[in-house]
Amino acid sequence: MGKTIAQKIFDSHRVDNPSGDINVIKLDAVFCHEITTPIAINDLKSRGKYRVFDKDKIKAVIDHVTPSKDSKTAEQAKIMREWARDLDIKDFFDVGQNGVCHALFPEKGYVRPGYTIIMGDSHTCTHGAFGAFAAGVGTTDLEVGILKGVCAFKSPETLKVELTGTRAKGVYAKDIILHVISRLGVNGATDHVIEFDGSVISDLSMEERMTLCNMAIEAGGTCGICPPDKTTVDYLWPFISNEFSTKEEALKDYVRWASDDDAAFSKILKIDISELEPVSTFGFKPDQVKTVKEMEKTPVDQIYIGSCTNGRIEDLRAAAEVLKGRKLNPSVRGILAPATPQVYRNAVKEGLIDIFMDAGFCVTNPTCGACLGMSNGVLADGEVCASTTNRNFNGRMGKGGMVHLMSPASAAAAGIAGYITDPRSFLVQDGEN
Amino acid sequence: MKEFNGKILFLDRNDINTDEIIPAKYLTEISKEALRPYLLEDLKMDGFDAAKDLPGKTVIVTRENFGCGSSREHAPWALEVNDIHIVIAENFARIFRQNMFNCGMMAVPLEKEQIDLLFGTFAGKETILTTDFKGSKFTFSSGSDSIELSFGISDFDRSLVEAGGWVDFADKNY
Ligand code: SF4
Repeated sequence: MGKTIAQKIFDSHRVDNPSGDINVIKLDAVFCHEITTPIAINDLKSRGKYRVFDKDKIKAVIDHVTPSKDSKTAEQAKIMREWARDLDIKDFFDVGQNGVCHALFPEKGYVRPGYTIIMGDSHTCTHGAFGAFAAGVGTTDLEVGILKGVCAFKSPETLKVELTGTRAKGVYAKDIILHVISRLGVNGATDHVIEFDGSVISDLSMEERMTLCNMAIEAGGTCGICPPDKTTVDYLWPFISNEFSTKEEALKDYVRWASDDDAAFSKILKIDISELEPVSTFGFKPDQVKTVKEMEKTPVDQIYIGSCTNGRIEDLRAAAEVLKGRKLNPSVRGILAPATPQVYRNAVKEGLIDIFMDAGFCVTNPTCGACLGMSNGVLADGEVCASTTNRNFNGRMGKGGMVHLMSPASAAAAGIAGYITDPRSFLVQDGEN
Repeated sequence: MKEFNGKILFLDRNDINTDEIIPAKYLTEISKEALRPYLLEDLKMDGFDAAKDLPGKTVIVTRENFGCGSSREHAPWALEVNDIHIVIAENFARIFRQNMFNCGMMAVPLEKEQIDLLFGTFAGKETILTTDFKGSKFTFSSGSDSIELSFGISDFDRSLVEAGGWVDFADKNY
């Protein structure tokens, strides 16, 4: 019987089988941010175990609230900073270099096919886009990861989502994943890895694959995974060109992680995306999805473009395509948070920041900010936000606020209209100029 | 080992998420104790009033997919500092479930029919849970009504509860 990607990774990383289907696996990287790590650091200190299993495998960032907004967040940042300094953690990103973890770490080349990664953050599933097993964990798992370089997981069952067909103009990775979640439900993939496969995936860029995998957790999935291929190698090439003499060699090495043809999937969901239209969520759960046409004329107060889901350069380009030469509706405020300094810099170079600012957007520094309702655009009671983030829970972006999740193009279109609307009427259609 | 007995808070809803258990704005706290007043602050549910319904309760019985959403261990901690060490539900989100056992607490699944039975028999009444950890048995009782149910948790989860959590267990074993 063949193996899935996740099974291959577990088999190559297992250090113990403490009971039944529980696997203790060794970790290739432990990612840390300032919301969930400080309590682990303090606990390690109080246990007299103020150390890390391998300083080069720890990657840390201050990203959720940065620069600090008050004394409490300043304290969290300070704990991270001192810890990185004390324990000589070199890959630590502070104000000026920091950005949203799940956008920043891939951009730095920290993820490889076949890796095992944990972080005290549920959207760690993002990194599965590279053919890695990457899972969000709580602070205790994180603490043990930092100290021992291991983590315990149930044997992963894999649910395969096979995507075929042609994507229509105006339909993005975000629309695809929202549709997939609406099909699976918010716990349709609990305790499962979601493996994305099919012709649609081969055509997606790494950034789009990250958008897909990012939201695996919104269906309860432990990790989203895409099989490594030529696109993966091309993306990683600047970081691996000293490990392999040619890209072909790297590809040969990486594809061994791909699921075998006769691998056993616990379930296969086949979706032809040819008929898929731009979509948006409508309730407080990410599986409550409608087409933007059905949501047409839903008024919005704020547009938020950013986050680990859709704050990358391709997302900014997609939104800018809609915004170019247009202005936000006066009833709407627009906030753009490029996910990393590199995204920000490239957006400046490409003239995208001008487009956003001409449209009336406020451009913030790279940070999670309003995505989790902590800073830079928190909603007031009764306000509505068209957002490119990944979670629409009640109160997520501010108590009493409503969040509609959608693609950057759809959010931009809502910004211009003042209400949710089909972004395709703002896009240059093929054949036009 | 922690206490797994006491008065039950019934939460009759699916998909209660971590933002409802402890809103993100309190994630700037760096002590567990500071979370105490904010447990279930954003849970909007007909007939639920945290100020009135929480005091004195040390057990939660609820429906499907409890604890979905973020990885924040602040959710189990907010329960812990309110002396709630056990949640019983049809099923749980993976990270929340693991976080509970990692803290030496319990997230125990029961069959849907059993949960229905508990709601049907006891919801709205003052109900007490008594847990026989070794014998894997729950006794729910209110007045003259009493229901006994056996439960299953893995040996690994059991050792985490006995060890007082994953840090001590891992430190000893790896
Ligand atoms: S951008 Fe939002 S979802 Fe992503 S890591 Fe930050 S807070 Fe979490």
